[in-house]
Amino acid sequence: MDAFLATPLGILALTVAKALALLVPLLLAVAYLTWAERKVLALMQLRKGPNVVGPFGLLQPFADALKMLMKETIIPSGASRALFVMAPMITFGLAMIAWAVIPVSDGWAIADINVGVLYLFAISSLGVYGVIVAGWASNSKYAFLGALRSAAQMVSYEVSMGFVIVTVLLCVGSLNLTDVVRAQEHIWFFIPLFPMFVIFFISALAETNRAPFDLPEGESELVAGFFVEYSSLSFGLFFLGEYANMILMSALVTILFLGGWYPPFAIEPLTWIPGPLWFIAKICFCLFVFIWVRATFPRYRYDQLMRLGWKVFLPFSLFWLVLTAAVLKLTGWLPA
Amino acid sequence: MTEPLLAEYFPILVFLGIAAAIAIAMVGGSVLAAHQKPDSEKLSAYECGFEPFDDTRRRFDVRFYLVAILFIIFDLEVAFLFPWAVTLGQIGWLGFASMMGFLGVLTVGFIYEWRKGALDWE
Amino acid sequence: MIAALAFYFFAAILIASAVMVVTSRNPVHSVLFLILCFFNASALFLIAGAEFLAMILVIVYVGAVAVLFLFVVMMLDIDFARLREGFQRYAPVGAAVGGVLFLELLMVLGTWRFADDAASLRINPTTPGGISNTAAIGRILYTDYIYLFQASGAVLLVAMLGAIVLTLRDRPGTKRQSVAVQVARDPKLVETRAVALGAGLDTIGIRRPLPPPEPPKKVEHAADHAADHGGHH
Repeated sequence: MDAFLATPLGILALTVAKALALLVPLLLAVAYLTWAERKVLALMQLRKGPNVVGPFGLLQPFADALKMLMKETIIPSGASRALFVMAPMITFGLAMIAWAVIPVSDGWAIADINVGVLYLFAISSLGVYGVIVAGWASNSKYAFLGALRSAAQMVSYEVSMGFVIVTVLLCVGSLNLTDVVRAQEHIWFFIPLFPMFVIFFISALAETNRAPFDLPEGESELVAGFFVEYSSLSFGLFFLGEYANMILMSALVTILFLGGWYPPFAIEPLTWIPGPLWFIAKICFCLFVFIWVRATFPRYRYDQLMRLGWKVFLPFSLFWLVLTAAVLKLTGWLPA
Repeated sequence: MTEPLLAEYFPILVFLGIAAAIAIAMVGGSVLAAHQKPDSEKLSAYECGFEPFDDTRRRFDVRFYLVAILFIIFDLEVAFLFPWAVTLGQIGWLGFASMMGFLGVLTVGFIYEWRKGALDWE
Repeated sequence: MIAALAFYFFAAILIASAVMVVTSRNPVHSVLFLILCFFNASALFLIAGAEFLAMILVIVYVGAVAVLFLFVVMMLDIDFARLREGFQRYAPVGAAVGGVLFLELLMVLGTWRFADDAASLRINPTTPGGISNTAAIGRILYTDYIYLFQASGAVLLVAMLGAIVLTLRDRPGTKRQSVAVQVARDPKLVETRAVALGAGLDTIGIRRPLPPPEPPKKVEHAADHAADHGGHH
């Protein structure tokens, strides 16, 4: 067995097995995130939410998937066919490949690359493409306008996210995601860097086009934004990609600020719970906040959205970055 | 030297393959499983009740380009910050001051933008 | 061995997509092939061991520059058929310029001399003490190459100013929100009241007075008229 695993074929088989062991639960989690979102929103609005298909509506995601599978795939007559089909695959694929570097527990990262932070930053900056390509390829005004808005919004918040990530890196001294988490063994970064944590979380909402920044999909003015022309599982792929991106952003918040797989205090009963469970629990908490925000806040206006990104978050995160660097330099707390 | 490095990146390729396979299987499966019966009304682009009357791909607000250009510049700034953040402990006060000078120059540009109203969206 | 195979694989795709960039008819497809080029170039960087450069190439070129290119080719209403019109006429001039440039490049390459240890350094970026190449760049970029670094800052500043000067148009008649003015408004102009939970407008007494009831006569008249109208048909 060990001899087989050392051969190229064995390495390939092992990697595929590892990848599937991560991606299959992830897809299940995405399915249940849609269920959880509807359930939580319903409870917050004193409704019942899905409760017909299966106990507590637990089979609802599968019913939805089956419904979408049986729908006709429509490619609009004026569309660029190849790009139209490719766009949802881009969104979905990006949300999947980002997970290759996520350390669910110490040493569990499937691809433990030196520049993991940069890799995730690159993936999140590529997210724009699924949106632009979809909007352009559909050749529909609503789709195009939605795509434009979405692209401008995503790039605007990307910058402050970059500054926040650099601030965290100042405290870590490495671009490896496992090192980022290890640096938080004693204190989670959201305590010393609390303002950056808030900025990062809000930017994550904007990056994933979630409420209150869901203008690209504003039903009342753009009907559904960039995916108005999509049907069937092409639409389903967008949906999966967006929710997988939410989980990814939550994972990123967990890694950068919430101490990854570490328990809040290294004391007896808390340390009995294995690291991956802590990691999952923290992701679930972030996702709950995502949904909570959606249930609480009204949608932003577009000029206010751009103002918040460029005139509030950007200067503030830059200022905080310089301040953090100066403090670390003066006190000599920089990681060697 | 580079072989172990490549080995670390190999899983990303595997993830890409699996993601592509899932995506193609889903779209293809739906095309095969569902009854396809297109007609010209179904296939026309969505409008509020009328026929689409011109091509969508036309000139747009120049503001979107400005946002894209400013984004490139700030993205480069972030790119310069990454190695600095990792090595700040080793490059001394000169390295720190060097980056402050760099950021200062760009802050001048940022203030100019702000004063000119390039960051306003009307 | 595997690295060499991977190199030829990515290099082949890189060149093929570069050819597609210049030959494809639709400019949007050209940009998308350009993006494919960038990805393959980044893979080549990875094979050479330069992971930082590989990621920065994706972040900056694919994530930012190509987005701008896409914006431009998707939205600038360029008539590409007309752009191609003069192709026949300008082809000889273009060929001449290309030929001169090619000759110059040949002359430069002919006199190029490699350092003795250049060949051994190729695809073997050894960093002292096993530090990652991000850190290796960081250790020299901001101190040893400080002038170049500051110059790049100045170039970025020029780019920023240039973009604004070229594209920013003041359009008359647009309304902007001035948050400062809104926040600094005189609080006495608007009365704010704390309303108890569940209290109706009647309870706290700020309901507007009811409009005077309409005279019933008018209604009668209208009904009369309607009946009259109906009778006609």
